[in-house]
Amino acid sequence: MSMINYASREINCKLVYYGPGLGGKTTNLEYVYQKVAPASRGKMISLATETERTLFFDFLPVDLGTIRGFKTRFHLYTVPGQVYYNASRKLILKGVDGVVFVADSQLERMEANVEAMQNLYDNLAEHGYDLTRLPFVVQYNKRDLPNAAPLAELQQTLNPGWPVLEAARQRQTPDPLHPGELLVWQADGQWFERAPYYEAVALTGEGVFDTLKAVSKVVLKALG
Amino acid sequence: MHGASSWSFGEREAQRITEILRGLLRESGARSALLVDRTGQLVAQTGEAPTFDATAFASLTAADFSANDQLARMLGEQEFGALFHQGERESMYLADVARRVILVVLFDNRTTLGLVKLRVRGTVGALAEVFTSMFTSGAEPPRMADGFVGEAEDEIDRLFGE
Repeated sequence: MSMINYASREINCKLVYYGPGLGGKTTNLEYVYQKVAPASRGKMISLATETERTLFFDFLPVDLGTIRGFKTRFHLYTVPGQVYYNASRKLILKGVDGVVFVADSQLERMEANVEAMQNLYDNLAEHGYDLTRLPFVVQYNKRDLPNAAPLAELQQTLNPGWPVLEAARQRQTPDPLHPGELLVWQADGQWFERAPYYEAVALTGEGVFDTLKAVSKVVLKALG
Repeated sequence: MHGASSWSFGEREAQRITEILRGLLRESGARSALLVDRTGQLVAQTGEAPTFDATAFASLTAADFSANDQLARMLGEQEFGALFHQGERESMYLADVARRVILVVLFDNRTTLGLVKLRVRGTVGALAEVFTSMFTSGAEPPRMADGFVGEAEDEIDRLFGE
């Protein structure tokens, strides 16, 4: 739920990085923190356990500057990856404007990915939000690892597409990032849509800003 | 079910909120009052300017309040309407306003918890009126000016361009 303050002329939007434990959510934020000019970002807050596992959340405010007279800011949050902390995961989703799902590409983490995706959908539903109608991007992280699952398999399992019911959206849309692939398509008389996806190696920063750019643009479009 | 919607408030509401918060500080002897929405965004601040990072403070306040809400439910309570954190010199008192925002009052030993609590009670009522009418006015949220999205996209490319 973005907040537009006409008195102080500020817009704040909330982006949440979601996904299985040790998938690279915090690493995404750390990379953004390191690379964004210090004047454009605030302090990074991490509520973590002694072993550096996220306990409650990581938080990083990033300033876009003044746009058409409005100071525009993104608040980036991660949730704890461990199922054990589901109660706090749910709290962080309150008022979310856009979601990045950070999937762990490793074959043996497939089940954890699926579980986290289902859990994201359920937790959003409990707040009354529908994942298929929120700005939503999927990031396949750890693409550099030898045991990374093929992209097609990850897409088939985690981002297979959901039915599109509104007539206005039922229009074949190519995926601008992946030639030959579609974001909205028709099959057996039904329309489907899937989230844009990015490949990443968060440790080296590969794909981190592409993901962030994509989700923040969709969020701001929703305001315009 | 739907996606998250935005909320906004204008000059008039901001003035009214500032008036109410100033009244609270005057009557309670507290140093500073902040309003934070439930998603962790700072809505207003009155009194002594905070010496800490107010943005980070707001996100932690919302998390603190939400976590305590869940604890309340586990105990069979609907909510904890207020929280108190006591320090050696500085203390904070947090109170729910219409389930929408959190009022945070920062005070030191120039006043007492009892007085702050007493004054907050009246303040919460007055603020709740402002926020309830703001959220039930049913007005469509105003759209941003033409060109906002284009300019915002350019800014995103510049800032996140590496």
